[in-house]
Amino acid sequence: MNINLTLIGQSITFFAFVWFCMKFVWPALLGVMQEREQKIAAGLEGAERAQKDLELAQKRAGEQLREAKEQAAEIIDGANKRAIQIVDEAKEAARAEGDRLKAAAEAEIAQEVNRAKEQLRAKVSTLAIAGAEKILAKNIDAAAHSEMIDKLAAEL
Amino acid sequence: MAGESQTATSYIQHHLQNLAYGKLPAGYTRTDGTVLNESTWTIAHSPKEAADMGFWAIHLDSMFWSIGLGMLFCWLFYRAARKASTGVPTGFQSFVELIVGFIDSTVKDVFLHRNKMVAPMALTIFVWVFLMNLMDLVPVDWLPLAFAHGTSALTGADPHHVYFKVVPTTDLNITLGMALAVFALMIFFSVKEKGLLGFVKELTLHPFHTGKWFIDIFLIPFNFLLEAVALIAKPISLGLRLFGNLYAGEMIFILIAIVFGVGVLGFIGAGFLQMGWAIFHILVITLQAFVFMVLTTVYMGMAHDVEDEHKTDH
Repeated sequence: MNINLTLIGQSITFFAFVWFCMKFVWPALLGVMQEREQKIAAGLEGAERAQKDLELAQKRAGEQLREAKEQAAEIIDGANKRAIQIVDEAKEAARAEGDRLKAAAEAEIAQEVNRAKEQLRAKVSTLAIAGAEKILAKNIDAAAHSEMIDKLAAEL
Repeated sequence: MAGESQTATSYIQHHLQNLAYGKLPAGYTRTDGTVLNESTWTIAHSPKEAADMGFWAIHLDSMFWSIGLGMLFCWLFYRAARKASTGVPTGFQSFVELIVGFIDSTVKDVFLHRNKMVAPMALTIFVWVFLMNLMDLVPVDWLPLAFAHGTSALTGADPHHVYFKVVPTTDLNITLGMALAVFALMIFFSVKEKGLLGFVKELTLHPFHTGKWFIDIFLIPFNFLLEAVALIAKPISLGLRLFGNLYAGEMIFILIAIVFGVGVLGFIGAGFLQMGWAIFHILVITLQAFVFMVLTTVYMGMAHDVEDEHKTDH
Protein backbone atom coordinates (compact mmCIF):
# COMPACT_ATOMS: atom_id res chain seq x y z
CA MET A 1 0.00 0.00 0.00
CA ASN A 2 1.87 3.02 -1.27
CA ILE A 3 0.97 6.59 -0.61
CA ASN A 4 1.52 8.50 -3.81
CA LEU A 5 0.18 11.16 -6.15
CA THR A 6 -3.20 9.44 -6.24
CA LEU A 7 -3.81 11.10 -2.88
CA ILE A 8 -3.52 14.58 -4.38
CA GLY A 9 -5.37 13.52 -7.50
CA GLN A 10 -8.31 12.27 -5.47
CA SER A 11 -8.37 15.50 -3.40
CA ILE A 12 -8.56 17.59 -6.56
CA THR A 13 -11.21 15.32 -8.02
CA PHE A 14 -13.17 15.60 -4.79
CA PHE A 15 -13.23 19.39 -4.98
CA ALA A 16 -14.17 19.28 -8.64
CA PHE A 17 -17.18 17.03 -8.06
CA VAL A 18 -18.28 18.92 -4.96
CA TRP A 19 -18.09 22.15 -6.94
CA PHE A 20 -20.12 20.67 -9.78
CA CYS A 21 -22.75 19.35 -7.40
CA MET A 22 -22.91 22.67 -5.55
CA LYS A 23 -23.23 24.62 -8.79
CA PHE A 24 -25.49 22.56 -11.01
CA VAL A 25 -27.15 19.76 -9.08
CA TRP A 26 -28.08 20.71 -5.54
CA PRO A 27 -29.71 24.14 -6.01
CA ALA A 28 -31.78 22.97 -8.99
CA LEU A 29 -33.08 19.85 -7.27
CA LEU A 30 -33.70 21.45 -3.91
CA GLY A 31 -35.31 24.44 -5.59
CA VAL A 32 -37.74 22.21 -7.43
CA MET A 33 -38.50 20.24 -4.27
CA GLN A 34 -39.12 23.34 -2.20
CA GLU A 35 -41.24 24.86 -4.93
CA ARG A 36 -43.35 21.70 -5.05
CA GLU A 37 -43.65 21.74 -1.28
CA GLN A 38 -44.97 25.28 -1.45
CA LYS A 39 -47.35 24.33 -4.23
CA ILE A 40 -48.72 21.44 -2.20
CA ALA A 41 -49.02 23.62 0.88
CA ALA A 42 -50.84 26.26 -1.14
CA GLY A 43 -53.12 23.61 -2.63
CA LEU A 44 -54.00 22.20 0.76
CA GLU A 45 -54.59 25.66 2.13
CA GLY A 46 -56.79 26.47 -0.86
CA ALA A 47 -58.82 23.31 -0.34
CA GLU A 48 -59.28 24.15 3.32
CA ARG A 49 -60.29 27.68 2.45
CA ALA A 50 -62.76 26.42 -0.15
CA GLN A 51 -64.24 24.07 2.44
CA LYS A 52 -64.64 26.99 4.85
CA ASP A 53 -66.13 29.14 2.11
CA LEU A 54 -68.59 26.41 1.29
CA GLU A 55 -69.63 26.10 4.92
CA LEU A 56 -69.98 29.85 5.15
CA ALA A 57 -72.02 29.99 1.96
CA GLN A 58 -74.30 27.22 3.19
CA LYS A 59 -74.80 29.03 6.46
CA ARG A 60 -75.53 32.27 4.65
CA ALA A 61 -77.94 30.55 2.30
CA GLY A 62 -79.79 29.07 5.29
CA GLU A 63 -79.93 32.45 6.95
CA GLN A 64 -81.26 34.09 3.82
CA LEU A 65 -83.87 31.40 3.41
CA ARG A 66 -85.03 31.90 6.97
CA GLU A 67 -85.10 35.67 6.50
CA ALA A 68 -87.09 35.30 3.30
CA LYS A 69 -89.58 33.08 5.09
CA GLU A 70 -89.89 35.59 7.87
CA GLN A 71 -90.38 38.40 5.39
CA ALA A 72 -92.99 36.44 3.49
CA ALA A 73 -94.84 35.74 6.73
CA GLU A 74 -94.65 39.42 7.61
CA ILE A 75 -95.93 40.44 4.20
CA ILE A 76 -98.83 38.00 4.40
CA ASP A 77 -99.61 39.22 7.89
CA GLY A 78 -99.55 42.83 6.71
CA ALA A 79 -101.69 42.03 3.72
CA ASN A 80 -104.24 40.30 5.92
CA LYS A 81 -104.34 43.26 8.27
CA ARG A 82 -104.67 45.64 5.37
CA ALA A 83 -107.49 43.60 3.88
CA ILE A 84 -109.39 43.64 7.14
CA GLN A 85 -108.75 47.35 7.40
CA ILE A 86 -109.99 47.95 3.85
CA VAL A 87 -113.12 45.92 4.49
CA ASP A 88 -113.74 47.87 7.70
CA GLU A 89 -113.17 51.13 5.92
CA ALA A 90 -115.50 50.10 3.14
CA LYS A 91 -118.17 49.08 5.67
CA GLU A 92 -117.75 52.38 7.46
CA ALA A 93 -118.00 54.33 4.22
CA ALA A 94 -121.03 52.36 3.12
CA ARG A 95 -122.74 52.94 6.44
CA ALA A 96 -121.97 56.67 6.32
CA GLU A 97 -123.21 56.90 2.74
CA GLY A 98 -126.38 55.04 3.68
CA ASP A 99 -126.98 57.35 6.59
CA ARG A 100 -126.39 60.35 4.43
CA LEU A 101 -128.76 59.06 1.72
CA LYS A 102 -131.39 58.20 4.34
CA ALA A 103 -131.14 61.65 5.87
CA ALA A 104 -131.44 63.31 2.46
CA ALA A 105 -134.43 61.17 1.58
CA GLU A 106 -136.08 61.94 4.89
CA ALA A 107 -135.49 65.65 4.40
CA GLU A 108 -136.98 65.51 0.91
CA ILE A 109 -139.95 63.57 2.16
CA ALA A 110 -140.52 66.13 4.90
CA GLN A 111 -140.28 68.89 2.34
CA GLU A 112 -142.75 67.13 0.03
CA VAL A 113 -145.15 66.65 2.96
CA ASN A 114 -144.93 70.32 3.83
CA ARG A 115 -145.44 71.32 0.28
CA ALA A 116 -148.48 69.00 0.02
CA LYS A 117 -149.79 70.42 3.26
CA GLU A 118 -149.32 73.95 1.92
CA GLN A 119 -151.15 73.05 -1.25
CA LEU A 120 -153.81 71.22 0.63
CA ARG A 121 -154.19 74.11 3.04
CA ALA A 122 -154.56 76.53 0.19
CA LYS A 123 -157.09 74.30 -1.56
CA VAL A 124 -158.99 73.57 1.68
CA SER A 125 -159.70 77.24 2.35
CA THR A 126 -160.93 77.72 -1.20
CA LEU A 127 -162.96 74.53 -1.05
CA ALA A 128 -164.48 75.47 2.33
CA ILE A 129 -165.41 78.93 1.14
CA ALA A 130 -166.88 77.50 -2.04
CA GLY A 131 -168.84 74.97 0.10
CA ALA A 132 -170.03 77.59 2.55
CA GLU A 133 -171.04 79.87 -0.34
CA LYS A 134 -173.12 77.08 -1.77
CA ILE A 135 -174.57 76.25 1.64
CA LEU A 136 -175.30 79.78 2.73
CA ALA A 137 -176.29 80.57 -0.92
CA LYS A 138 -176.01 84.28 -0.68
CA ASN A 139 -174.96 87.34 1.30
CA ILE A 140 -171.96 86.10 2.75
CA ASP A 141 -169.08 88.42 3.11
CA ALA A 142 -166.42 86.54 1.29
CA ALA A 143 -163.66 88.56 2.76
CA ALA A 144 -164.80 88.20 6.42
CA HIS A 145 -165.44 84.50 6.12
CA SER A 146 -162.31 83.65 4.20
CA GLU A 147 -160.25 85.02 7.09
CA MET A 148 -162.06 82.71 9.43
CA ILE A 149 -161.61 79.78 7.12
CA ASP A 150 -157.93 80.52 6.72
CA LYS A 151 -157.56 80.36 10.47
CA LEU A 152 -159.35 77.06 10.43
CA ALA A 153 -157.13 75.81 7.65
CA ALA A 154 -154.01 76.85 9.53
CA GLU A 155 -155.13 74.72 12.42
CA LEU A 156 -155.31 71.75 10.15
CA MET B 1 -10.28 -18.30 -9.23
CA ALA B 2 -6.64 -19.03 -8.75
CA GLY B 3 -4.87 -19.98 -11.94
CA GLU B 4 -2.66 -23.04 -12.04
CA SER B 5 0.52 -21.02 -12.20
CA GLN B 6 -0.52 -18.86 -9.25
CA THR B 7 -0.38 -19.71 -5.60
CA ALA B 8 -3.08 -18.37 -3.30
CA THR B 9 -0.65 -15.78 -1.96
CA SER B 10 0.31 -14.44 -5.36
CA TYR B 11 -3.35 -14.42 -6.34
CA ILE B 12 -4.20 -12.27 -3.34
CA GLN B 13 -1.21 -10.03 -3.88
CA HIS B 14 -2.13 -9.61 -7.51
CA HIS B 15 -5.61 -8.54 -6.53
CA LEU B 16 -4.37 -6.07 -3.97
CA GLN B 17 -1.96 -4.30 -6.29
CA ASN B 18 -3.01 -1.14 -8.08
CA LEU B 19 -2.12 -0.30 -11.64
CA ALA B 20 0.65 2.19 -10.85
CA TYR B 21 2.13 4.62 -13.32
CA GLY B 22 5.25 6.33 -12.06
CA LYS B 23 8.89 7.19 -12.36
CA LEU B 24 11.61 4.61 -11.95
CA PRO B 25 15.13 5.96 -11.36
CA ALA B 26 18.10 5.40 -13.66
CA GLY B 27 20.01 2.17 -13.06
CA TYR B 28 16.90 0.45 -11.70
CA THR B 29 16.69 -3.30 -12.29
CA ARG B 30 13.19 -4.18 -13.40
CA THR B 31 11.29 -7.35 -12.63
CA ASP B 32 12.22 -8.96 -15.94
CA GLY B 33 15.94 -8.27 -15.33
CA THR B 34 16.42 -5.27 -17.65
CA VAL B 35 18.29 -2.31 -16.27
CA LEU B 36 17.04 1.21 -17.00
CA ASN B 37 19.59 3.56 -18.54
CA GLU B 38 17.77 6.66 -17.47
CA SER B 39 14.87 7.47 -15.19
CA THR B 40 11.62 6.55 -16.95
CA TRP B 41 7.90 7.08 -16.46
CA THR B 42 6.31 3.68 -16.86
CA ILE B 43 3.70 1.26 -15.60
CA ALA B 44 4.86 -0.87 -12.67
CA HIS B 45 5.14 -4.58 -13.49
CA SER B 46 5.28 -5.78 -9.92
CA PRO B 47 4.32 -4.64 -6.43
CA LYS B 48 8.01 -4.01 -5.75
CA GLU B 49 8.33 -1.69 -8.73
CA ALA B 50 5.22 0.16 -7.65
CA ALA B 51 6.65 0.57 -4.16
CA ASP B 52 10.00 1.76 -5.53
CA MET B 53 8.28 4.48 -7.52
CA GLY B 54 7.74 6.26 -4.23
CA PHE B 55 5.44 9.24 -4.05
CA TRP B 56 5.72 10.14 -7.74
CA ALA B 57 3.33 7.52 -9.00
CA ILE B 58 -0.37 7.48 -9.68
CA HIS B 59 -2.81 4.61 -9.47
CA LEU B 60 -4.46 4.66 -12.87
CA ASP B 61 -7.16 2.16 -11.96
CA SER B 62 -8.18 3.97 -8.77
CA MET B 63 -8.28 7.32 -10.50
CA PHE B 64 -10.16 5.90 -13.48
CA TRP B 65 -12.91 4.36 -11.39
CA SER B 66 -13.03 7.24 -8.98
CA ILE B 67 -13.37 9.87 -11.70
CA GLY B 68 -15.59 7.65 -13.82
CA LEU B 69 -18.02 6.98 -10.99
CA GLY B 70 -17.91 10.62 -9.91
CA MET B 71 -18.82 11.63 -13.43
CA LEU B 72 -21.58 9.04 -13.48
CA PHE B 73 -22.98 10.61 -10.33
CA CYS B 74 -22.72 14.12 -11.78
CA TRP B 75 -24.27 13.08 -15.07
CA LEU B 76 -27.19 11.21 -13.49
CA PHE B 77 -28.00 13.92 -11.00
CA TYR B 78 -27.43 16.77 -13.43
CA ARG B 79 -29.80 15.15 -15.89
CA ALA B 80 -32.37 14.68 -13.13
CA ALA B 81 -31.87 18.28 -11.99
CA ARG B 82 -32.32 19.64 -15.50
CA LYS B 83 -35.45 17.63 -16.16
CA ALA B 84 -36.90 18.20 -12.69
CA SER B 85 -40.32 19.77 -12.62
CA THR B 86 -42.57 20.78 -9.77
CA GLY B 87 -45.24 18.36 -10.98
CA VAL B 88 -45.66 14.83 -9.68
CA PRO B 89 -42.15 13.32 -9.62
CA THR B 90 -41.84 9.99 -11.38
CA GLY B 91 -39.23 7.32 -11.89
CA PHE B 92 -35.65 8.42 -11.59
CA GLN B 93 -36.57 11.93 -10.51
CA SER B 94 -38.39 10.71 -7.44
CA PHE B 95 -35.45 8.44 -6.62
CA VAL B 96 -33.02 11.34 -6.88
CA GLU B 97 -35.34 13.54 -4.85
CA LEU B 98 -35.56 10.83 -2.21
CA ILE B 99 -31.78 10.89 -1.84
CA VAL B 100 -31.58 14.67 -1.91
CA GLY B 101 -34.34 14.96 0.68
CA PHE B 102 -32.66 12.38 2.88
CA ILE B 103 -29.29 14.16 2.67
CA ASP B 104 -30.91 17.54 3.24
CA SER B 105 -32.69 16.45 6.42
CA THR B 106 -29.59 14.63 7.72
CA VAL B 107 -27.40 17.67 7.13
CA LYS B 108 -29.98 19.96 8.75
CA ASP B 109 -29.97 17.74 11.83
CA VAL B 110 -26.19 17.66 12.14
CA PHE B 111 -25.03 20.97 10.73
CA LEU B 112 -26.65 23.99 12.37
CA HIS B 113 -24.85 26.78 10.55
CA ARG B 114 -25.38 28.49 7.24
CA ASN B 115 -23.12 27.22 4.51
CA LYS B 116 -24.06 26.66 0.91
CA MET B 117 -21.34 24.09 0.39
CA VAL B 118 -21.97 21.53 3.12
CA ALA B 119 -25.20 19.96 1.87
CA PRO B 120 -24.08 19.50 -1.77
CA MET B 121 -20.79 18.15 -0.46
CA ALA B 122 -22.64 15.64 1.68
CA LEU B 123 -24.68 14.55 -1.35
CA THR B 124 -21.55 14.19 -3.46
CA ILE B 125 -19.76 12.19 -0.77
CA PHE B 126 -22.68 9.91 -0.09
CA VAL B 127 -23.47 9.00 -3.67
CA TRP B 128 -19.89 8.98 -4.90
CA VAL B 129 -18.53 6.87 -2.05
CA PHE B 130 -21.52 4.58 -2.35
CA LEU B 131 -20.85 4.05 -6.07
CA MET B 132 -17.16 3.42 -5.41
CA ASN B 133 -18.03 0.95 -2.66
CA LEU B 134 -20.58 -0.67 -4.94
CA MET B 135 -17.78 -1.81 -7.22
CA ASP B 136 -16.95 -4.22 -4.42
CA LEU B 137 -20.02 -6.25 -5.33
CA VAL B 138 -18.76 -6.91 -8.84
CA PRO B 139 -17.18 -10.38 -8.70
CA VAL B 140 -13.50 -9.83 -7.95
CA ASP B 141 -12.12 -11.40 -11.12
CA TRP B 142 -14.40 -10.09 -13.84
CA LEU B 143 -13.02 -6.65 -14.50
CA PRO B 144 -9.34 -7.40 -13.65
CA LEU B 145 -9.29 -10.43 -15.95
CA ALA B 146 -11.10 -8.63 -18.73
CA PHE B 147 -8.72 -5.70 -18.42
CA ALA B 148 -5.59 -7.86 -18.20
CA HIS B 149 -6.49 -9.94 -21.24
CA GLY B 150 -7.76 -6.92 -23.14
CA THR B 151 -4.52 -5.10 -22.52
CA SER B 152 -2.35 -8.06 -23.35
CA ALA B 153 -4.27 -8.60 -26.57
CA LEU B 154 -3.82 -4.94 -27.51
CA THR B 155 -0.23 -4.31 -26.41
CA GLY B 156 1.25 -7.77 -25.96
CA ALA B 157 1.92 -7.17 -22.27
CA ASP B 158 2.09 -10.13 -19.90
CA PRO B 159 -1.38 -10.39 -18.30
CA HIS B 160 0.28 -11.32 -14.99
CA HIS B 161 1.93 -7.94 -14.89
CA VAL B 162 -1.24 -6.00 -15.53
CA TYR B 163 -2.81 -5.06 -12.24
CA PHE B 164 -6.31 -3.76 -11.94
CA LYS B 165 -8.22 -2.89 -8.79
CA VAL B 166 -11.81 -1.90 -9.38
CA VAL B 167 -12.79 -0.66 -5.91
CA PRO B 168 -11.25 2.79 -5.49
CA THR B 169 -12.16 2.91 -1.79
CA THR B 170 -9.89 -0.06 -1.09
CA ASP B 171 -7.02 2.21 -2.11
CA LEU B 172 -5.73 4.14 0.90
CA ASN B 173 -4.81 7.03 -1.38
CA ILE B 174 -8.40 7.53 -2.42
CA THR B 175 -9.92 7.50 1.07
CA LEU B 176 -7.13 9.59 2.58
CA GLY B 177 -7.28 11.90 -0.43
CA MET B 178 -10.91 12.66 0.33
CA ALA B 179 -10.17 12.92 4.04
CA LEU B 180 -7.38 15.35 3.20
CA ALA B 181 -9.79 17.49 1.20
CA VAL B 182 -12.21 17.43 4.13
CA PHE B 183 -9.34 18.36 6.45
CA ALA B 184 -8.42 21.30 4.22
CA LEU B 185 -12.02 22.48 4.34
CA MET B 186 -12.06 22.11 8.13
CA ILE B 187 -9.02 24.36 8.43
CA PHE B 188 -10.41 26.78 5.86
CA PHE B 189 -13.80 27.17 7.54
CA SER B 190 -12.25 27.30 11.02
CA VAL B 191 -10.05 30.21 9.99
CA LYS B 192 -12.89 31.84 8.07
CA GLU B 193 -15.40 31.61 10.92
CA LYS B 194 -13.15 32.26 13.91
CA GLY B 195 -10.32 34.19 12.33
CA LEU B 196 -6.74 33.01 12.41
CA LEU B 197 -6.36 34.18 16.00
CA GLY B 198 -9.54 32.45 17.08
CA PHE B 199 -8.40 29.22 15.51
CA VAL B 200 -4.99 29.45 17.15
CA LYS B 201 -6.66 30.22 20.47
CA GLU B 202 -8.85 27.17 20.07
CA LEU B 203 -5.78 25.05 19.53
CA THR B 204 -3.79 26.46 22.44
CA LEU B 205 -6.23 27.51 25.17
CA HIS B 206 -8.32 24.36 25.29
CA PRO B 207 -9.05 22.09 27.02
CA PHE B 208 -7.04 23.49 29.97
CA HIS B 209 -7.78 27.09 30.72
CA THR B 210 -7.46 28.91 34.04
CA GLY B 211 -8.11 32.49 33.07
CA LYS B 212 -4.78 33.64 34.52
CA TRP B 213 -2.32 34.35 31.75
CA PHE B 214 0.81 33.40 33.73
CA ILE B 215 -0.55 29.91 34.25
CA ASP B 216 -2.11 29.61 30.79
CA ILE B 217 1.23 30.32 29.16
CA PHE B 218 2.60 27.07 30.58
CA LEU B 219 -0.47 25.16 29.54
CA ILE B 220 -0.18 26.22 25.88
CA PRO B 221 2.24 23.47 24.73
CA PHE B 222 0.24 20.80 26.45
CA ASN B 223 -3.06 22.10 25.07
CA PHE B 224 -1.60 22.41 21.61
CA LEU B 225 -0.37 18.83 21.67
CA LEU B 226 -3.79 17.51 22.70
CA GLU B 227 -5.74 19.68 20.26
CA ALA B 228 -3.39 18.99 17.36
CA VAL B 229 -3.72 15.26 17.89
CA ALA B 230 -7.50 15.56 18.13
CA LEU B 231 -7.58 17.68 14.98
CA ILE B 232 -5.35 15.43 12.90
CA ALA B 233 -7.02 12.29 14.18
CA LYS B 234 -10.28 13.40 12.54
CA PRO B 235 -9.27 13.13 8.86
CA ILE B 236 -6.99 10.16 9.51
CA SER B 237 -9.74 8.18 11.22
CA LEU B 238 -12.20 9.30 8.53
CA GLY B 239 -10.01 7.97 5.74
CA LEU B 240 -8.84 4.84 7.54
CA ARG B 241 -12.35 3.80 8.61
CA LEU B 242 -13.63 3.73 5.04
CA PHE B 243 -10.46 2.13 3.74
CA GLY B 244 -10.36 -0.52 6.50
CA ASN B 245 -13.96 -1.58 6.05
CA LEU B 246 -13.76 -1.84 2.29
CA TYR B 247 -10.30 -3.40 2.27
CA ALA B 248 -11.46 -6.10 4.67
CA GLY B 249 -14.58 -6.68 2.60
CA GLU B 250 -12.56 -6.95 -0.59
CA MET B 251 -10.15 -9.33 1.13
CA ILE B 252 -12.97 -11.64 2.12
CA PHE B 253 -14.33 -11.60 -1.43
CA ILE B 254 -10.86 -12.55 -2.66
CA LEU B 255 -10.59 -15.37 -0.10
CA ILE B 256 -14.02 -16.64 -1.10
CA ALA B 257 -12.92 -16.50 -4.73
CA ILE B 258 -10.00 -18.77 -3.87
CA VAL B 259 -12.35 -21.29 -2.26
CA PHE B 260 -14.22 -21.52 -5.61
CA GLY B 261 -11.22 -23.39 -6.96
CA VAL B 262 -11.23 -26.07 -4.25
CA GLY B 263 -13.28 -28.90 -5.71
CA VAL B 264 -17.04 -29.22 -6.21
CA LEU B 265 -17.85 -28.85 -2.51
CA GLY B 266 -15.67 -25.76 -2.33
CA PHE B 267 -17.42 -24.32 -5.34
CA ILE B 268 -20.88 -24.78 -3.84
CA GLY B 269 -19.78 -23.59 -0.41
CA ALA B 270 -18.07 -20.57 -1.87
CA GLY B 271 -21.22 -19.79 -3.83
CA PHE B 272 -23.22 -19.57 -0.62
CA LEU B 273 -20.45 -17.65 1.15
CA GLN B 274 -20.19 -15.23 -1.74
CA MET B 275 -23.92 -14.60 -1.72
CA GLY B 276 -24.11 -14.18 2.05
CA TRP B 277 -21.16 -11.85 2.21
CA ALA B 278 -22.41 -9.83 -0.75
CA ILE B 279 -25.82 -9.35 0.87
CA PHE B 280 -24.16 -8.33 4.12
CA HIS B 281 -21.83 -6.09 2.19
CA ILE B 282 -24.72 -4.13 0.67
CA LEU B 283 -25.35 -2.93 4.20
CA VAL B 284 -21.67 -2.23 4.84
CA ILE B 285 -21.09 -0.15 1.73
CA THR B 286 -24.19 1.96 2.31
CA LEU B 287 -23.38 2.41 5.97
CA GLN B 288 -19.77 3.40 5.27
CA ALA B 289 -20.85 5.93 2.65
CA PHE B 290 -23.34 7.33 5.16
CA VAL B 291 -20.77 7.42 7.98
CA PHE B 292 -18.26 9.23 5.80
CA MET B 293 -20.89 11.77 4.85
CA VAL B 294 -22.19 12.35 8.38
CA LEU B 295 -18.71 12.65 9.89
CA THR B 296 -17.69 15.13 7.21
CA THR B 297 -20.77 17.19 8.02
CA VAL B 298 -20.07 16.94 11.75
CA TYR B 299 -16.49 18.10 11.23
CA MET B 300 -17.74 21.01 9.14
CA GLY B 301 -20.08 21.87 11.98
CA MET B 302 -17.20 21.77 14.48
CA ALA B 303 -15.18 24.06 12.23
CA HIS B 304 -18.09 26.53 12.27
CA ASP B 305 -18.66 26.37 16.05
CA VAL B 306 -17.46 29.53 17.74
CA GLU B 307 -15.44 29.36 20.93
CA ASP B 308 -18.27 29.40 23.46
CA GLU B 309 -20.07 26.54 21.81
CA HIS B 310 -16.82 24.72 21.43
CA LYS B 311 -16.24 24.82 25.18
CA THR B 312 -19.47 23.02 25.87
CA ASP B 313 -18.50 20.33 23.40
CA HIS B 314 -15.60 19.20 25.54
